[in-house]
Amino acid sequence: MSSKPFRPDVDAPEWKGGHSPYDIIKEGTIALVVVGLLTVILATLFGSPDDHEITIKNWANAAPTDFALTAINEMNGTTTTAGYGAPYNTASEGQKLGPFALAKWVGVRIPINTEQDFVVKPLESLPYNAQLSSALSTWKSASTSQQTTWVNNYTKADSTMTFKNGQIVVNTTNAGPVPVFINDLTAMARSGALDTALVQGGNFFSMDYTKPLLFLSDGGYLAQLAEKQHLLGSQWGMMNETNSYPGQAWLWLYTFWYQVSPFSTSANADVQVWATMMLLSVILLFLPLIPGLRAIPRKVKVYRLIWREHYRD
Amino acid sequence: MAWISFLAALIPLNGYGHYLHWGVINISVANFIVIVLMVVTFVAALLLPFPGRSRRKESK
Amino acid sequence: MSTSIDQQWTTRLRRKVAGKLPPEKLLPDTQPAYVSSWIYVFGVTTMSALAVVIGSGLILSLRGPQWWHESSIGHFVNSLHLWSVEIFFFAMVVHLWGKFFMGAWRGGRTATWMTGVVTFLASIATAFTGYASQSNFDSQWITTQAKDGINSTGAGAFFNVLNLGQMLMWHIVLLPLAAVALTALHVLLVRIKGVVPPYEDKVGEAQ
Repeated sequence: MSSKPFRPDVDAPEWKGGHSPYDIIKEGTIALVVVGLLTVILATLFGSPDDHEITIKNWANAAPTDFALTAINEMNGTTTTAGYGAPYNTASEGQKLGPFALAKWVGVRIPINTEQDFVVKPLESLPYNAQLSSALSTWKSASTSQQTTWVNNYTKADSTMTFKNGQIVVNTTNAGPVPVFINDLTAMARSGALDTALVQGGNFFSMDYTKPLLFLSDGGYLAQLAEKQHLLGSQWGMMNETNSYPGQAWLWLYTFWYQVSPFSTSANADVQVWATMMLLSVILLFLPLIPGLRAIPRKVKVYRLIWREHYRD
Repeated sequence: MAWISFLAALIPLNGYGHYLHWGVINISVANFIVIVLMVVTFVAALLLPFPGRSRRKESK
Repeated sequence: MSTSIDQQWTTRLRRKVAGKLPPEKLLPDTQPAYVSSWIYVFGVTTMSALAVVIGSGLILSLRGPQWWHESSIGHFVNSLHLWSVEIFFFAMVVHLWGKFFMGAWRGGRTATWMTGVVTFLASIATAFTGYASQSNFDSQWITTQAKDGINSTGAGAFFNVLNLGQMLMWHIVLLPLAAVALTALHVLLVRIKGVVPPYEDKVGEAQ
């Protein structure tokens, strides 16, 4: 053992000096009391944020046309969720890390068909209504190409959409049952019934909000509220908290990468930033084994401040 | 339940936040204060004399 | 002479543990004389904050996940939970900076460093699932944003941040267990290996 040369960044000299009294239990108790008191003081002074959740009912009442446009986009496949790829569907390849489409490899594990899950199935759950019932059977007996034509015709005219007297109106012809769908889904959303219908599986009990959250985030309303709270990704939002509270400041580096090139302009930014952070975490983990990096503290000599009494003696 | 009103925050941070910009950096004042306090605490921990132990060395 | 009792797994485990971590190492009454700086208090501060985080979390769990939205006492306990988490990360990061500048992995302490780093990463995941479990506007926004990052790695197929039940379970059972176990392991390694001695230095090295 003594034949090996001493490596200053790996080995530590054996301590042959003195010891001083140390009461570990007392130290722990004092720390606990101090931290406990500080927590109570901070909580009493500042409290904590709890901005009320946004329901689809809120959204469809505050911005009915934003909701209705999102609904038709769920049918024509142009929302984020509709075009997402894995794990929700096969609409796109998803993000790739170089040649590796990681999400696609894992596959569709949380299947979502936005037209069925966000529009048709919720409408089917409504109480009987002759007009809607006939629209649904027209839809189901039509061919896929006929359905696409109807949806496209509605989409082409959707810039004329207005909301008057509780009705979504679009100047469209030959859109089949689609106008009824969009209008009735908007009415359903405004009543609050869609919130419940979207909860996973439509079971009595559920703690899975995947579908309502995806639908909500496909619209512009949630992002509009988030922008006011400075929570968008482009606003370094990941480390921010609602209102004036400190947030997850420890995510600063993760958030930082999204702001700079090449990540800020990349279509694969998420997977690239994650890969970068994984790599940096592994470097931090194995830092004691990496020559050069592990020599930094010895070279910057901050330790001379920490142990200044030792070096002075 | 009025007796628990003292539990409400004295200085609730419920207004919209304030943000600082320097080039690409965009940070909330609250997070900035937390990070500055961390650095200040770190430097203070290095510089402030630690009471007690230094003059009471005992050989073991 | 080795008896059959000496060969027992129990006996061998006890002797191994007692050899590596005798009571005077587990609960020491002295420290090497070089341990004299405020920077040493941030490890125990982090652990104390963890205790307050867990304590406030246990109180929050007594009345269930909706309680803090409905009651001012519940909201206050939530505030305790939030601020103890802020103190926890604050102290942990200062602790990490301090240990880095001490080169605290030297002298066979690599595992101590590594368990510390993993604890830090596990704590970030625990905090994140807490933010995701708030069931308010903040958690709606955070989860719908975070899903893209996690989905892009493929992990989103199994770790669905939009599933409140799953996030809550990870936050209150799985990740706290991991964080506490890792912390315990980290502290035991610190006790077994002791606190890293100063760098040898031409100016100050007396030995």
